[in-house]
Amino acid sequence: MTVTELWCDRCGEQAAAGGHEPCAAARALEPPRYCAHCRRRMKVQVVPAGWSAVCVEHGEIRG
Amino acid sequence: MPEILDQARTQVLENGVGLDEAGVLAVLNLPDEHLPAALQLAHEVRMRWCGPEVEVEGIVSLKTGGCPEDCHFCSQSGLFTSPVRSVWLDIRALVEAAKQTAATGATEFCIVAAVRGPDARLMKQMREGVAAIKAEVDIQVAASLGMLTQEQVDELVEMGVHRYNHNLETCRSYFPNVVTTHSWEERWETLKMVRESGMEVCCGGILGLGESVEQRAEFAAQLAELDPHEVPLNFLNPRPGTPLGDRPVVEGKDALRAVAAFRLAMPRTILRYAGGREITLGDLGTRDGLLGGINAVIVGNYLTTLGRPATDDLKLLDDLKMPVKALSATL
Repeated sequence: MTVTELWCDRCGEQAAAGGHEPCAAARALEPPRYCAHCRRRMKVQVVPAGWSAVCVEHGEIRG
Repeated sequence: MPEILDQARTQVLENGVGLDEAGVLAVLNLPDEHLPAALQLAHEVRMRWCGPEVEVEGIVSLKTGGCPEDCHFCSQSGLFTSPVRSVWLDIRALVEAAKQTAATGATEFCIVAAVRGPDARLMKQMREGVAAIKAEVDIQVAASLGMLTQEQVDELVEMGVHRYNHNLETCRSYFPNVVTTHSWEERWETLKMVRESGMEVCCGGILGLGESVEQRAEFAAQLAELDPHEVPLNFLNPRPGTPLGDRPVVEGKDALRAVAAFRLAMPRTILRYAGGREITLGDLGTRDGLLGGINAVIVGNYLTTLGRPATDDLKLLDDLKMPVKALSATL
């Protein structure tokens, strides 16, 4: 998560509200679920060597 | 040396007869100071009855989320407020996932769908997907599609699916606390059909669902009665939005006790590390389990969560001088 992102990509709550250290730790073993720009739930596909997450508004990210 | 380990040395290691429920419970109740001895014995049993090879597998979700069932641990149930959305993998991406898996040296690739049982659309996707994988990738294909009809069992055999996964998840007495939309017995029926079809049976479950130690022993005994070719052992990774989302993870030593106990119950099965080992056991515990009865791993990512890199597991196997099972070999 970067400072320009408004929402936590794991729990979907406001990033600025703080308290997302557990989310950041969990994200080491999880793909994002919420778009950090608009809070929409993303369509996430996990494959053996990576993942992709698609927000209908902000497009695809991969990891 | 505790009496149960002396008994297991004769009964399991020397004679290849697994411990019964009472014996498994005694292992699960061993105090911490005897855990290394239990793991050592389980490792000897694995080496004697299975050999040094480790079976490596990759898994992928063909159809994610939107499941009508209410398995309380699962983020893919459409009945919970989980953030997991429904999505289908296309054939091109499925074949690519099989290639990624084969590139690790894995011999198994399991196609999984979050469903009660397959419908016509899913069976069509399986037919096309399995055919495409077999045309392009040198790997054995397994499947996990929920409860099956006899016709669907026959069709999967015809496609060339060699192993079918259908986890009982937990023991019979605790199952209604975990799933209410279908019964343990319905799952058992599917497993019977799979067995009779000639496909290999893969059946395990998840530890840490709230079951008691006695119920873990009951589960091991019920799996031993089923005598599956493979037992995947998962540890609960509590998922946000599920009824079990706030449960604690299994304590590492309890997880290792279970690894040893399940091996001593089933000396000849493929006992596979599956989901949750990263958070329950970490790197050191993973190593301890591989030296305590485990002889198979899922490498890479899981269905909705991520695993550690396949290269880390392969390096660990190399360090432990445990050869990866080759495609032509059998355990």
